[in-house]
Amino acid sequence: MVRNLEDRVFNAVVYTVLGFAALTAVLPLLYVLSVSLTPFGEVLKNGGFILIPKSITLEAYHRLLSDSNMPRAFGVTVFITVVGTAANLVLTALMAYPLSRRNLPGRGLFLFMVVFTLLFGGGIIPTYLIVKAVGLTDTVWAMIVPNAVWSFNVLVMKSFFENLPEELFESARIDGAKDFRILLRIVMPLSMPVVLTIGLFYAVGHWNEFFQAIMYVTDRTLFPLQVIVRELLMLTQQPLENAENMLPTETMQMASVILASVPIISVYPFIQKHFAKGMLLGSVKG
Amino acid sequence: MEQTTAAASAARAAPRMSARQLARKLWRFRAFYAMLLPGVVWYVIFKYLPMYGVIIAFKDFNMMDGMLKSPWADPWYKHFEAFYNSPYFSQLLGNTLIISFYKLVFGMAPPILMALLLNEVHVRWFKSVVQTLTYMPHFLSWVIIYGILLALLSQTSGIANRWIEELGGQSIPFLTSTGYFRAILVGSDIWQNLGWGAIIYLAAIAGIDPMLYEAARVDGASRLRMIWHITLPGIRTVIVLLLILRLGHILDAGFDQIYIMYNVQVYPVADILDTWVFRTGLQQLNFSLASAVGLFKSVIGLALVVLSNRLARRWGEGIW
Repeated sequence: MVRNLEDRVFNAVVYTVLGFAALTAVLPLLYVLSVSLTPFGEVLKNGGFILIPKSITLEAYHRLLSDSNMPRAFGVTVFITVVGTAANLVLTALMAYPLSRRNLPGRGLFLFMVVFTLLFGGGIIPTYLIVKAVGLTDTVWAMIVPNAVWSFNVLVMKSFFENLPEELFESARIDGAKDFRILLRIVMPLSMPVVLTIGLFYAVGHWNEFFQAIMYVTDRTLFPLQVIVRELLMLTQQPLENAENMLPTETMQMASVILASVPIISVYPFIQKHFAKGMLLGSVKG
Repeated sequence: MEQTTAAASAARAAPRMSARQLARKLWRFRAFYAMLLPGVVWYVIFKYLPMYGVIIAFKDFNMMDGMLKSPWADPWYKHFEAFYNSPYFSQLLGNTLIISFYKLVFGMAPPILMALLLNEVHVRWFKSVVQTLTYMPHFLSWVIIYGILLALLSQTSGIANRWIEELGGQSIPFLTSTGYFRAILVGSDIWQNLGWGAIIYLAAIAGIDPMLYEAARVDGASRLRMIWHITLPGIRTVIVLLLILRLGHILDAGFDQIYIMYNVQVYPVADILDTWVFRTGLQQLNFSLASAVGLFKSVIGLALVVLSNRLARRWGEGIW
C-alpha cells in the first residue's frame, strides 16, 4: 500500500498549498475589516492594532456615511457603473454583431479599425486634449464616454457570436425577422454567458474608476469613490499616542477601503462559472 | 430565399460589379452599417483623433493656438532629442524594463502552479471555494490594494512593523524606501493575479486528452509523474504563447499600480515612462515633451507587439 500512502501525502500537500493560497487572498482584506472596526480604546490598550479586536465599533462607518463626501461619491460611482455598463454593452454588441457576419462588405476594414487600437494609441496627452476639445471635461460623462468601448471585449463578443449556429440566423431571416430584431431577440439571449462576463468586466472597470476622474474632473462633487478613498489614504497618519479625536485615522481609512470594495466583490461569485469561456475565446481567437 | 439567390448572383458577378450592383449589395446590409455607426463614430473621435493628435510631439504646443495652430518645433525632433539627452531617459527606461522584467519572471510561475494544483483537487466544493477566494484580489482596484498595503506595511501603524518592534527591531518604512518598493510592486501584482491568471491554464488543461492519463495510470505512473509528463507538456504551448505575448508588452510596467502606490521618495526606483508622461503632461503642462515621450513608447511598443504576435502565431500554429 505504498501507493496509497504516496497518494495521501500528495493530496495533503495539494490541499495545504491551495488552502494557504486562499487564505493569502482573503486575510489581508479581513485584517483591514478588523482595523476598520477597532475602537480607539482597544488601540490604546494594545498599543496598536491587533488581528482580532475584543470589542468592535461601527463609529468609523457612521462618520464616513454621515459626512457628505462619501455618500455623494457613492452616488457618482453607482451612476457611472450602471449607466456606463449599459452604454458599454449596447455599443459593444452593436459593433460585435455586424463584425461577426462574415459576408459583410467592408468587414475587414472595420475589424482592422478595432484591432489596430489594441496595438497603437495616441497616448494620454492627445487623448486628454481631444476629450477637452469635445467639452466632456468636468462632467460625469468624462468618466463614461472616453472608455465606452474596449476593443478586446468587442473581439470576445464577436467570436462568441461567430460560434452561434448559422441555421439560427437563416431560419429567423426566412421568418422575415429584421437584423435588429435578430440581434435583440435571438443573438443576445443565446449569448448570456459572454454578455454577463463582459458586463462584469465593464462594471468592475467603472466601479474602480480612478484615472479618468483625476484626468478630466476637477469638480469635487463629481469625484467617484476611488478618488475619495485615495484622498483619505493620503492623509498623514497620526502617531497613535497623539491622536486627539476619538477615532484613529487608520480606522477611518480602512472603513473607506471596505466600503469601496465590498459591493464589487460580492457580485463576481455569481458570474464566476462563465469566466473561463469569456477569457479563453478572447485570448485564443482575438 | 430571395436573399440567397441575390447573394449568389452577386458573387458570380463579383469581379466586374457595376456601381449599381455594389450599391444594392451595400443597401442589403444597411441594418448592419446602422449598427456599426455609433461605434465607428466613437472610434474616430476617441481613438483615431488622438492618434492624429500625436503631431503635437513635433510641435511647440500651447493652449492658445491648440493642436492644429501651434507652431512646428524646430528642429522637428527637438522634444525627442531633449528627452534623449535628459537624465530621465536612462532612469525611466531602466525602471520600466526592470519592473516589467521582474513581474514577468516572478509572476509567470505562480498561476501555472495554481492551475496544476487545482487540477489535482477532486473535491468539487473545495476547488470552487479556493477559486472564488483567489479571484477576489483581481476585482480590487489599486487604490484598495494600496489601502491594504498601508494596513500591513505602514511605518506608523502597519501590523508588520508592530511585529518587528515587538521582536525588538526597528520599524521599516517599507512603502517609502527604495530598497523595498519594487518588491512590493511585484508582490502585490502576483497577489492580485494568482487565481485569475490560473483560469487560462485550467482551460488549457481541460483540453488535454483524458486517455493519456488513463494510459499512464495503467502503466503505474504516479500523479507527480503525470503532471510532469502529461499535464505540463500539454499546456506548454499556452505557457510559451502567453510568455511571448507578455514580452510584447514589456514597456507596460503597470501605470495604474505604480501611479497609485509610488511617492517622491521612491521615484528613483519606481518612476516609469508612463508615470513620467502623466506628470510632465498633465501636472507640469509640458504637453509636447510628454507627447513625444509617449509616442516614443507607443512606437516601440507597437513594434514589439507586432513582432511578438507574429512569433506567437508561428508557435501557435500547431494547436489552432
